[in-house]
Amino acid sequence: MDMKIAKKLGLKERYALMTRDLAWDTTYQKMEDVFPQTSYEGIKIHDWDKWEDPFRLTMDAYWKYQSEKERKLYAILDGFNQNNGHLSVTDARYINVLKLFLGSTPPLELMAARGFSMMGRQMNGAGPRVACQMQAVDEYRHFQTQIHSISNYNKYYNGMDEFAHQQSRMWYLSDGKSFFDDAITAGPFEFMVAIGFAFEYVLTNILFVPFISGAAYNGDMAAMTVGFSAQSDEARHMTLGLECIKFMLEQDPDNLPIVQRWIDKWTWRGTRKLASVGMMMDYMLPKRIMSFKEAWEMYVEENGGSLFKDLARYGITIPKCFGQTIEEKEHVTHQSWIGFYMKPEATPFHTWIPSPDEMDWLSEKYPNTFDQYYRPVLEYLDQQEKAGNRYNNKTQPMNCQVCVSTMKFNEPGDPMEMCFRESTYKGEKFHTCSDHCKEIFDNEPEKYVQTFISSHQGLQGNCEPDGADVNAADFKPGQNMLDYWKLDKRALGDFNGSEDQANFAKWREQATKN
Amino acid sequence: MAIDLRTVAITPLRQTFGHLARRMGADKPASRYIEATMDLQPVENYHYRPTWEPQYEIFDTTRTKIAMKDWYALKDPRQYYYGAWTLARGKMQDIAEGDFDLVDEMGLAAAYPAAGKDEALKVFLPLRHVAWASNLNKAYVSSYGYGIAISQAACYASMDQLGVAQYVTRLGMAFNDIDALADAKTAWLEGAEWQEMRRYVEDLMVEKDWFEVLVAQDFALEGLLYPLIYERFNEKLNAAYSPVFSMLTRFQREWFGETTKWMDSVLKVAAAESPENKAQLAEWIKHWRERAIKAIKPVAVLAFGADADAIMDELVQNLNARAAKAGIAL
Repeated sequence: MDMKIAKKLGLKERYALMTRDLAWDTTYQKMEDVFPQTSYEGIKIHDWDKWEDPFRLTMDAYWKYQSEKERKLYAILDGFNQNNGHLSVTDARYINVLKLFLGSTPPLELMAARGFSMMGRQMNGAGPRVACQMQAVDEYRHFQTQIHSISNYNKYYNGMDEFAHQQSRMWYLSDGKSFFDDAITAGPFEFMVAIGFAFEYVLTNILFVPFISGAAYNGDMAAMTVGFSAQSDEARHMTLGLECIKFMLEQDPDNLPIVQRWIDKWTWRGTRKLASVGMMMDYMLPKRIMSFKEAWEMYVEENGGSLFKDLARYGITIPKCFGQTIEEKEHVTHQSWIGFYMKPEATPFHTWIPSPDEMDWLSEKYPNTFDQYYRPVLEYLDQQEKAGNRYNNKTQPMNCQVCVSTMKFNEPGDPMEMCFRESTYKGEKFHTCSDHCKEIFDNEPEKYVQTFISSHQGLQGNCEPDGADVNAADFKPGQNMLDYWKLDKRALGDFNGSEDQANFAKWREQATKN
Repeated sequence: MAIDLRTVAITPLRQTFGHLARRMGADKPASRYIEATMDLQPVENYHYRPTWEPQYEIFDTTRTKIAMKDWYALKDPRQYYYGAWTLARGKMQDIAEGDFDLVDEMGLAAAYPAAGKDEALKVFLPLRHVAWASNLNKAYVSSYGYGIAISQAACYASMDQLGVAQYVTRLGMAFNDIDALADAKTAWLEGAEWQEMRRYVEDLMVEKDWFEVLVAQDFALEGLLYPLIYERFNEKLNAAYSPVFSMLTRFQREWFGETTKWMDSVLKVAAAESPENKAQLAEWIKHWRERAIKAIKPVAVLAFGADADAIMDELVQNLNARAAKAGIAL
């Protein structure tokens, strides 16, 4: 019998046979026609084979691990739902975190799924293509498990039922939408820096901690399990983002200035996007984990700082905006929460004034800013509310042309002065919220003049529900905004006195007393 | 006897999300597939146009000639959202793993007759590259298809094909170590039998209409290739040698049977939408079927010699019957 000793393959060698050895350079069609997107951004790649696979997972192993994780996850979700797990959260204010999360996060995970699918088609190296495809399918997992975990809350609480309709319409969701729209409309390499590196690597912890640890601290086993279950996926995504940066930098020295500009841009865009996440940590979680400032110091300044030290050997410098983010970490969450509180008729989640002990916690965590700048505002708003004169800002906000945040951040070095910047393009003026957003605009004005700003669009009659007649004599732009958003009146305004508050108290009583 | 266990009953305010209640025509509980799929892709208020193809929106219905009033009509009859898909594949891989282990433990691959090995590897092993192309072409469908119903099913199918390419590779290594892979790659790149097939999948890599890619790759090519290899050729090898080839290709056989249901359902719904869709699908199927026959015929000859024509005719009849069942007259 013809016996042959099988060659023992190392993991790396075996993985290469299972992925890149499957590929070939096409000859019936030109490679540049098969992969038309990887040349126009100016990034030079000489040898795709130099790509180091950041993880080595064949599909059989992937299915084995992932199916085990899914089985456990859905068993826990079913149990949590069956046992009215929603009544075990610390207090009903917590549920507003889920409302904010459902509106902002699964739609962006979906964009990540579609974006990484595009990368998994367009990258002309077989190694990065497979890694991107795996991330794409993981992102399907993430938006779907997030929706499934919150679905049961939607049955009992207001403000979650129209998240799919609101994702492209709500004013405060357009910062996240513009972030992902910007990335997905950029070329593939910029997408990888934007999402793979800046978002997944530099900033992911700061998103993960408040939501997942927040869920754990506040008795939400459903959201907590989704988060913990996603962690090992995220670890893979982080290594992909980092490998992509290193790969570009190792391929050609000309890539450095391009990559640096993207790192600067996307770290800043991500930072702006995270202001509302920080607000969850400081204001919305009844049981707090740590302050946003502490999280920023730990995850961004320390971890991010050492990451950039590591990248210094390629010539990468710390993102330009770093200094400003360090200054802003003591301000942005307060400014954001106060901003949302002031718009009680325009969000599907409730707001409230922190209780006295919560204010003391904020004083302790923000010794340089809270008592001086924000406590007086909150106490004033509280007095006015109690006097029956609840603040209600009914005007349209002014938005940044780049990050689409409402203008509410302060001038660097001067917390009492609001920051505005202005650029002119083809005779028209455009406003931005900061030096960094202005720089992004000025680098690519032809892109950012397209930004969909709902306060402008609404005034032009472009944000109207089906059937509204914008040509009617008595038409007033914006009068139908609530219908355009499909915003349930029960979901608006103050937590105190809300249906959620009353139902939660009633149901908890029903579940725990005879 | 069922024991009457009780939980505290609280009356919910609503049964499901607004977009699903409107779609279902009633506020009633939605399945996890429906929750994970319907109406989730953005359709409006995009901020920027793609720098890589500014003629389109980020998601754009005009990327294909097929038109649908409701793109979510292209539902997956298997109801695969990520969890359901990965559980199904987890089970299939578990069985496949058992088969590979058994073949290894019993030395069945080593004991497979040399003539059988040669025959199997020659016909079968270059297919790892076909599966790889299929992965890429399905990734195109999932990237640029409209709506999550089609994009997620194509994404899962694309990952499935990466899995298939890897199972084919493993069979090659089980039969003849890694030398076999190099021989098969040379055949794929240079062997006369494989060039029409390679031209076919490479041409699809530059085709822009994603629905056409789906029809050409999944229906026309795989609709002929899978029955040829995983049914007919498999039966031939089993009869001549032993069922080892069958054991090591179970994943692909099951995959094809299952995925066909999805493909046929997508075609049926799209064809039923309008006479224009129906005519377009018929045109594509006829065009790509002829090319697929040309691409596969030399492989069929390699596998079946003089019987190839008759077998191909039969497979084409079956493919035509699938189209007819989907309401598409060719």
